Amino acid sequence: MVDPGQYPSLGAALREALERWAEQTCLIEADRDRENCRLTYRQFKETALPLARTLQQLGFAEGDRAAILMSNQSKWLLSAYAIFHCGGVLVPLDFKLSAQEQLQLLAHSRTKVLIVEYYLWRAMLSASGFKDRKMQAVLVTEAPANADLAGARRWEERPGEGEPTFVPRRRNDWACIVYSSGTGGRPKGCVLTHENYLEQCKSLMSLFPFSPEVKYLSILPTNHAIDFMVGFIGPFLCGAAVVHLRALRPEFIREAFTRYKITYMSVVPMVLKNLERGLRERFAALPAHRRFILKGLIGLNRLLTKRKPNVKLSRRLLHNIHQAFGGELRGLFVGGAFTEPATLQFFYDLGIPVANGYGLTEAGTAVTLNDLNPFRPDTVGKPLPGVEIRIVNPDAQGIGEVAVRSQTVMSHYLDDPELTAEAIVDGWLMTGDLGRMDSTGHVQLFGRKKNMIVTEGGKNIYPEDVETAFAGLPVKEFCIFAANYLWQQRDLTGEKLVLVIRLDAGQQMSDDLRQELVSRNRHLPDFKRISGYVVLDQDFPRTASLKVKRPMLAEEVRKRLDRAIAVVEL
Amino acid sequence: MKTIEQTTSEILNLAATYFHIPREQLSPEDDFFTKLGINSLQALELLTRLEQHFQIELPDYEFQGVSDFRTLAERVHSRL
Repeated sequence: MVDPGQYPSLGAALREALERWAEQTCLIEADRDRENCRLTYRQFKETALPLARTLQQLGFAEGDRAAILMSNQSKWLLSAYAIFHCGGVLVPLDFKLSAQEQLQLLAHSRTKVLIVEYYLWRAMLSASGFKDRKMQAVLVTEAPANADLAGARRWEERPGEGEPTFVPRRRNDWACIVYSSGTGGRPKGCVLTHENYLEQCKSLMSLFPFSPEVKYLSILPTNHAIDFMVGFIGPFLCGAAVVHLRALRPEFIREAFTRYKITYMSVVPMVLKNLERGLRERFAALPAHRRFILKGLIGLNRLLTKRKPNVKLSRRLLHNIHQAFGGELRGLFVGGAFTEPATLQFFYDLGIPVANGYGLTEAGTAVTLNDLNPFRPDTVGKPLPGVEIRIVNPDAQGIGEVAVRSQTVMSHYLDDPELTAEAIVDGWLMTGDLGRMDSTGHVQLFGRKKNMIVTEGGKNIYPEDVETAFAGLPVKEFCIFAANYLWQQRDLTGEKLVLVIRLDAGQQMSDDLRQELVSRNRHLPDFKRISGYVVLDQDFPRTASLKVKRPMLAEEVRKRLDRAIAVVEL
Repeated sequence: MKTIEQTTSEILNLAATYFHIPREQLSPEDDFFTKLGINSLQALELLTRLEQHFQIELPDYEFQGVSDFRTLAERVHSRL
């Protein structure tokens, strides 16, 4: 592998990988039963360098910021490499945000060049705020021949000739600005350095070393921290092949496993549960005698792999199941949100170990990972090499706030020293998550101290960001909270948002108002919706500048309202 | 050539059959996530069924932000 410890920047390490693994397959992009492209490392370089040249022709220079806004596809990685080759700072944006939200983050990050997929650019053209955009150049991928690009260039056009200059960067220079939240309120742009990523890569690959034989199936978008590391930086430095799927339907994922003999894949809990559901349905449909035999084999596999996974043995015992996954699958990675232990156990018993972890955007990709030695589905694993974890103010059961110190922790929040000072205290990142470390060094998570939720799809949702969707609601005042923050529970499953309403004097909760809530909610993406509302019969506590004192309001709600009775589901 | 009403009706029939919901409980204005009790991945499964039924290809991105049957039907209809 290209040793990440020996290189000053992601650009330099990736550049070495493109040379070292030149003839290995690097990147495959599949769409349904079609293969859109297949590149070796040499071809990857030959495709990316002209793009780097275009960027330099546009005046893109050392430290300039370039955003990528694309779904799961090969041009994401080609564009990212070109940005690093030019010494730029990458701003990976979530393509599922609304165009208006994307424009806000582009403005906040002071992005100079935007690289965007055509359908997303089309949506941006009609978004409010588009005319105020400050990007100097936009490159649009896959635009139809006759499309009006409103001044943007085509990604595929590569005018001029000549080798672009490789711009070196140092380990403490910025590599990426990754937004963990703040589209509706205060943007949280985590500034991550080259060192953050290189150290993260080093520790992850020490536990799960990839090699040129590995074929990694990428179904998460690469703006997702897990896919950026495990589906781009990690495999590239190890000479592995990345297979991108553009149509993310369960049947195409199944086909990709067998067609490409996939060895690893990263998922979020929602995908894992979907896979589990599909498998359970298939098992239930088997004739009784085959179901009985399968149950026995699964039990035997569980017994024989109790101490550690033995994929070769599991493949023999549960041949048909492993064949359905292509016969080469070594394991899955899951992160982004809490995964239920029963789901992890289900896959482990089939001989498909799932390495679950725990991470935050502020700390790179992961701070803990289950090393499967032994498998502990009740935990999120042990701290990764180089990561220190401390439990702050533990209670009688040893549960307190998880604090992290590591070379993978971000430098700061962009343009927000106050927020940075709250998050990083004496070199420790205060996560706002509640956890405990057991005597074997495994970390267990129990809930959150902070007012936010994480969906099963791995989306961090901050209530403040959702409030704009309810602006102008005909009530005296309102505020959105994570239900588990209002009524604190040591549970990380089924997290929900709740709207707290204070009605005007004499106002009643009417059908019209309820309909208004339903309608506003419907305009939000499904993962951002509120699940219900409560009505509070007193005014909200506010600061002198009239901002709602959220912790105090939460305390009032907790005191006055019983969750089981007060919450009206929408 | 089908009318938009026919397309909508066929989509409602398919959703009812696939997700085991009585057809009469579904209407074009319904939010399919809520009404069918499905997540975004299961919604993609519905797209596959629609592709097979209507013999068309529906890119995932066309359905980003779509959550009601009527808009879904409009997007499908525009590709027939």
